Amino acid sequence: MNSRPNSFRSGPDERGHFGMFGGRFVAETLMPLILDLEKAYAEAKADPAFQREMNGYLKDYVGRPSPLYFAQRLTEHLGGAKIYLKREELNHTGSHKVNNVLGQIMVARRMGKKRIIAETGAGQHGVATATLCARFGLDCVVYMGAVDVARQEPNVIRMEMLGAKVVPVQSGTRTLKDAMNEALRDWVTNVHDTFYCIGTVAGPHPYPMMVRDFQSIIGHETRAQMMEAEGRLPDSLIACIGGGSNAMGLFHPFLDDPSVEIFGVEAAGHGLDKLHAASLTGGRPGVLHGNRTYLLMDADGQIQDAHSISAGLDYPGIGPEHSWLHETGRVTYLSATDEEALAAFQLLSRLEGIIPALESAHAIARVIELAPKRPSDHLMVVNLSGRGDKDVPQVGDILKGRKAK
Amino acid sequence: MTTRIDTRLADLHKQGRAAFVTFLMAGDPDPATSLAIIKALPQAGADIIEIGMPFTDPMADGPAIQAAGLRALKGGMTLHKTLDLVRGFRKGDDATPIVLMGYYNPIYIYGVEAFLADAKTAGVDGLIIVDLPPEEDDELCLPAMKAGLNFIRLATPTTDDKRLPAVLANTSGFVYYVSITGITGSAAANATQVGEAVARIKRHTSLPVCVGFGIRTPDMARDIARAADGAVVGTALVDALAKSLNAEGRATPSTVKAVADLTAALAQGVRGAAQAAE
Repeated sequence: MNSRPNSFRSGPDERGHFGMFGGRFVAETLMPLILDLEKAYAEAKADPAFQREMNGYLKDYVGRPSPLYFAQRLTEHLGGAKIYLKREELNHTGSHKVNNVLGQIMVARRMGKKRIIAETGAGQHGVATATLCARFGLDCVVYMGAVDVARQEPNVIRMEMLGAKVVPVQSGTRTLKDAMNEALRDWVTNVHDTFYCIGTVAGPHPYPMMVRDFQSIIGHETRAQMMEAEGRLPDSLIACIGGGSNAMGLFHPFLDDPSVEIFGVEAAGHGLDKLHAASLTGGRPGVLHGNRTYLLMDADGQIQDAHSISAGLDYPGIGPEHSWLHETGRVTYLSATDEEALAAFQLLSRLEGIIPALESAHAIARVIELAPKRPSDHLMVVNLSGRGDKDVPQVGDILKGRKAK
Repeated sequence: MTTRIDTRLADLHKQGRAAFVTFLMAGDPDPATSLAIIKALPQAGADIIEIGMPFTDPMADGPAIQAAGLRALKGGMTLHKTLDLVRGFRKGDDATPIVLMGYYNPIYIYGVEAFLADAKTAGVDGLIIVDLPPEEDDELCLPAMKAGLNFIRLATPTTDDKRLPAVLANTSGFVYYVSITGITGSAAANATQVGEAVARIKRHTSLPVCVGFGIRTPDMARDIARAADGAVVGTALVDALAKSLNAEGRATPSTVKAVADLTAALAQGVRGAAQAAE
């Protein structure tokens, strides 16, 4: 619709805008801190010592680089594109979330903050935050919707073992958006000593940019690894999207390579005509949680309940840069239902011996559809953003329930 | 441009007393009761009326005001109906200033130009939008000023001298000083600290300064009224309303009176400040 920009990688502008999206829609109490954070992050980014220290932890603590693995059996089964998995699920803590948390905790330390708060949906961001707070001796409070506390119990136990305080959020729909509201309320109250470690590429500027930068290591590594494996760039990239941090991390380094097709996969829940969490497909631009972006809402601008089988995708919004990439047409956004994700979850487990997170299974679900339509020399990379250990009880219950019927 | 807010605050200044500002949620617990409550406020001593625009995700509000918003939404409240409420109030009162307070998304979805025109016609005098800091003035603040509405900014304990000029630049009507770092209803304001903060803000502006978040009782209202040009009470009134509801969350015959009685007591507190100062 819009004229193509010269680069898809130059955003945001100095006010935090990606086209019309992004911005800084927060209470005045938080503005001075957000401006401080912007400054602190800019200084850290330019400081070689910061980068050196971060790279050290990424290598020896997180275990990077994560492998780019040729999924031979999945490829043979689907009979089309050559499928590679970017194995973010092998990171310490089991997902891509740790890339961002490490960066933010290091910024928080530079700013002298002693108390870290976070919101979490599936619990992966909460676990990563609890882990690094343990490592650096910081107080950690994680807000988690009460519904999610129930369906992602293994992660709640992990966070508590790591010394974090998990606060079940009872307000609103008791899922990720309410956890974010509650974290913002905590932040407004304890702004003097508290750093808010946001788990995705959303929130007020500079968060969407900063989180993207920390996650871009996924795409940078993929680029180098694919050059080594195949001697050329991939032809397509696929990642699941809740807020969109694993997707943005994979996509961003490739946005200016026009030969690379890029697909984001939102959660279609029970179906796009029913309850779902596909903000781009089923929403429109609005303002929530510090940024303008696509949101699920009613005619009065009230935010609607999202639904996804996957707690990590159960959010009625999406990072602002994705909204912009959607409107410019650079990235194609698709969706996958709960049922499709469940099927993909089982397929990958049986064919490759890799149990994916339900979130990542949404990306696999679209690979199942897209790969057979591509030639055998087509190189497709799917971001395996997290491992499915946390989902085993939930999926087990669902499958057991069906067998009983 | 002079709004009812400017006129009212100037009058009270001449009388040598602070304004008593009330906050209640539009449509809480239903549109008819809400209108009856708001109509009763001036008689009970409210000088300026703030009306909350319900929103599903009120990030700066504590449990009491969150619950009020949810009750209103459950009762079918919308931004269009909030403007109806103001129209209903204006039929019997053309002098008491009305300020709408809330979050930006419902206004953005209504359409900024349409909302400002409709709000002005309905009899709204000012807006307080929690999630629109000066960095986003193009969105609503500048268009609102052009449409003849006051855009009332929040200043907080974290708004230091360096930042105050930016916060005050496009503020009109009054400055709303948030007396605590925190959400509505979460902590008690400290009158001494508030006095110092108000004095600091007044070094930067000639606008009146009203103080809110954390005032619950007539005594606190009196203490704050001594230190500022106005005292805002929200959560305590919303609590009084909530307590008067039946088990299903519906209004009872005592609901309007419960809010009016507390309003009267708080108003006595504010007026007491002027007498005590003499």
